[in-house]
Amino acid sequence: MLDCMPEGPVEHTIGKINPAKTCQPIGAMYAALGIHNCLPHSHGSQGCCAYHRMHLARHFRDQVLASSSSFTEGASVFGGAANLKTAIRNIFEIYNPEIIAVHTTCLSETIGDDLPTIIKQSEIPEGKRVIHTNTPSYQGSHITGFSNMVRSMISYLAEATEPVKKEQVNILPGFVNPGDMREIKRILQEFGIPGIMLPDTTNVLDAPLTNRYSLYPEGGTTIAQIADTGNSKQTIALGSWASDAAGAMLLDKCKVPCVPLRTPIGLKATDDLIMTLHEKFSCEVPGSLAVERGQVVDTLIDTHFHYQGKKVVIFGDPDIVIPLTEFVLTMGMIPKYVLTGTPGARFETEIKHMLGEYQVEGSIVKAEGDLFQLHQWIKEEPVDLLIGTTYGKYIARAEDIPLVRVGFPILDRAVHPLMPIVGYRGCLRLIEMISNTLLDRRDRDVSDEDYELVM
Amino acid sequence: MAINHEVLDKILLPYPDKVKKNRIKHIVRKNPEEGCQQIEANTRTIPGIISQRGCCYAGCKGVVVGPIKDMITITHGPVGCGYYSWGTRRNKARADENTPPEQIYGAMCFITDMQEPDIVFGGEKKLAKMIDEVVEIFHPRAINICATCPIGLIGDDLGAVAKAASERHKIQVLSYNCEGYKGVSQSAGHHIANNMLLEHVIGTGDAKSEPEKYVINILGEYNIGGDSWEIERILHDIGYTIQGVLTGDSSYEEIKNIHIANLNLVMCHRSINYIAEMMEEKYGTPWLKVNFIGVEATKKSLRDLAQVTGDETFIRKTEEVIAREDSVVLPVLEQYRKICAGKIAFAFVGGSRSHHYQHLLRDLGMEVVVAGYEFAHRDDYEGRQVIPTIKLDADTKNIPELDIKPDPERYQEAHVHLNLSKEKYDEICSRIPLGYYEGMYPDMKSGNLMIDDCNHYEAEILVKRLKPDLFFAGVRDKYIAQKMGIPAKQLHSYDYSGPYAGFTGAMNFARDVAHAMTTPAWRLITPPWEKETKEPGDNNA
Ligand code: SF4
Ligand code: SF4
Repeated sequence: MLDCMPEGPVEHTIGKINPAKTCQPIGAMYAALGIHNCLPHSHGSQGCCAYHRMHLARHFRDQVLASSSSFTEGASVFGGAANLKTAIRNIFEIYNPEIIAVHTTCLSETIGDDLPTIIKQSEIPEGKRVIHTNTPSYQGSHITGFSNMVRSMISYLAEATEPVKKEQVNILPGFVNPGDMREIKRILQEFGIPGIMLPDTTNVLDAPLTNRYSLYPEGGTTIAQIADTGNSKQTIALGSWASDAAGAMLLDKCKVPCVPLRTPIGLKATDDLIMTLHEKFSCEVPGSLAVERGQVVDTLIDTHFHYQGKKVVIFGDPDIVIPLTEFVLTMGMIPKYVLTGTPGARFETEIKHMLGEYQVEGSIVKAEGDLFQLHQWIKEEPVDLLIGTTYGKYIARAEDIPLVRVGFPILDRAVHPLMPIVGYRGCLRLIEMISNTLLDRRDRDVSDEDYELVM
Repeated sequence: MAINHEVLDKILLPYPDKVKKNRIKHIVRKNPEEGCQQIEANTRTIPGIISQRGCCYAGCKGVVVGPIKDMITITHGPVGCGYYSWGTRRNKARADENTPPEQIYGAMCFITDMQEPDIVFGGEKKLAKMIDEVVEIFHPRAINICATCPIGLIGDDLGAVAKAASERHKIQVLSYNCEGYKGVSQSAGHHIANNMLLEHVIGTGDAKSEPEKYVINILGEYNIGGDSWEIERILHDIGYTIQGVLTGDSSYEEIKNIHIANLNLVMCHRSINYIAEMMEEKYGTPWLKVNFIGVEATKKSLRDLAQVTGDETFIRKTEEVIAREDSVVLPVLEQYRKICAGKIAFAFVGGSRSHHYQHLLRDLGMEVVVAGYEFAHRDDYEGRQVIPTIKLDADTKNIPELDIKPDPERYQEAHVHLNLSKEKYDEICSRIPLGYYEGMYPDMKSGNLMIDDCNHYEAEILVKRLKPDLFFAGVRDKYIAQKMGIPAKQLHSYDYSGPYAGFTGAMNFARDVAHAMTTPAWRLITPPWEKETKEPGDNNA
């Protein structure tokens, strides 16, 4: 596998070889699927939309509907206004969503289509909404696109209508799986705090198979709920790459204060979420959560010898990689190489700071990197475990290192979008995956006389 | 339930007038009494309609040139287009005597990852530098550069970058202006890729034809799930020599020399007919449309091929191989027929599979009642005789047609290629349609539907009305069908199974299809506490 990889260090300074990020619109499309009765719309040629739907469908193994402005060469020369207007008319007539969430593509961005004006000039049926966000893929990554779309949801739809803020929390979950969103909602329920999750892809991309088919699944944040986020007394923005912008917009537009937190992956980040809810809503931490937390610590102590001291690679999206790195440090592992494809110098500072706290030295941390680089580092000095997306599987095979699949996208395994990695339950799942993977490897590799029943 | 006018009206009902006028021409219910029924195809997708179609880049890079295993393909553009077409089409490739493992790049992805300044000031320098680095690191035999949408707009001159790089590095660097907005679907990209390969790669090798061998190429076979390996296994057993497969498990080294073939076989007519046709004009190489999907179809293709050779040894050997394979395959299929017979299916895929798979399904006793292509042309539905009558619209005219002249040294007449006398050749031509494809229409049963560029809405209505037992489509539609209670299989990626071609493939396919329909979970949809008992597939009445 990957026999073409060069042996020694090489000069790779330009472009991406085996990228660890993708483009903005797919993030915007994913976010828009988390609005109830919404059809995401891609303003550009149909190829982008086809690719994004395909990729999301592969990760979630669920229906992903989105439409496109289907530019041809003419539209590319004269602008896509006519295409978008036609598209909006057709979509409302044929698919009848409550809302269309338009995002741009590199093509319409390069042309410079003025979306607010085009939307204003479009025929929009009474009571229906069209929102938009700009997602030029020559900036940022899919996470930027997600962030932009959520911010646009707020800027178009959130309203502060009540004189007094409601005892409810806005949760901006970031680019995580529906299984994670479900778990965060469960934590709120344990507390008894009413909340609005935006976006919310539960019951959309983890929808059950029932006897009722509908074009728009049951889940998703409703427009009324999005409007009502302006009346909440608190926003918690999870994961700064994906959620800070929307949190800031809520503060700015509706005067809802925002606490930015890390995605609650691992003990520390989950503790932070629990403490924030506890403090901001002056309610006791439910005993059930205390039990769950205790179970995590108990398990960590019981199993530490399965993984402590092992060198690990973590790669993926910054909001996932940062707390995950913290968690593997909690587990006593050594994050040897930590990489995201998404740009942002803060990634490196935050991770390096954590490594410093745990006195881990000699690690490489990189934002805006690619998997070719990562592979080169691994060839220089190998590790015991990879944690990241499906794209790590080539390196895993080439270097014979086990891979624990976490993050987006995972294209070669199923069920993961339904299973949380957030919260205390998520901690247990991560420990189980990491521990079992290392033990399976040990069982595979040891000689007969070292093969043991109890481990 | 029959496909009657009521169903058709229902499909068109909610469409705005303009859409209705457009779509009605893409839907044909077969009625032989109406003479040659015309279907509209290869026209623009309507904005806002949830189509299955992809773009020109996907057709060029994703389908045709991406799989060439020993070439590095650099996508020039922002990160997405190249990323999504990385490793997702299951074109299998392996090392062989021509290509060592270090020169296979299929698991890699190369993108210039243009940033805002590149869009503003142009990306040519970045591209040139990336080519230099890639050559330095990997020493590929040749490089492809594929353009994405923004490139055409900002005016990067890929041809000039490629030419300069080629001179610097003394390897071929080919550039494809396959911006996604060109044409109306993947189809434009196939054409652009075909042009480039024919003009700049095919015939540049110095291999000489070997008179003692019967050399064939398989065009339009992409080795999804190992299909071409199965086809090659059979052809080798009969005694043919395969020079090149375009482009499944193919190498630049092989493609350079495919001009030495006696004959081209064409699998996917849509994506490669240009090369077949242009090789005929340039070298005189005749081509034969084949279909190795389905046992009966495979046998027919093998027999046609044997007839075309005019060689008794091949004719005899073909029958021996068929008898050998039949004895293994038929009993297996018979088992699955018990599950499959009488079932009906829909097939909406690509530019040839919706036709090819009808044969395999027929082997299993199943019928395709609604079929359509995503990006085919009229000839893929109605047969190549309609080509002269197709009006080229502006979108198609933008794709250059090469002016091919016979190669002064290598052109030979078809019968010479085939080692036949002119008389014998003419006689064979009267029986075997060389250089012809009849399209899907003749294989559809009267009363069944052909739908071009079928969209989500139309598929939904038809599924609800006709309740097919199986739905064949791509990954985007698979989960939609399944949510409607209909078992669905991906016919682009075979749900990660395969091969489906040839004899072994038929057995794999039969097993997978039977499993899809019989997996016990279909009977568990209604929970015990929901009183009314419903049958699977009955979910949306
Ligand atoms: S053109 Fe831009 S938006 Fe479209 S797939 Fe490529 S990177 Fe993504
Ligand atoms: S940007 Fe253009 S080339 Fe890229 S995926 Fe979209 S339509 Fe295709």
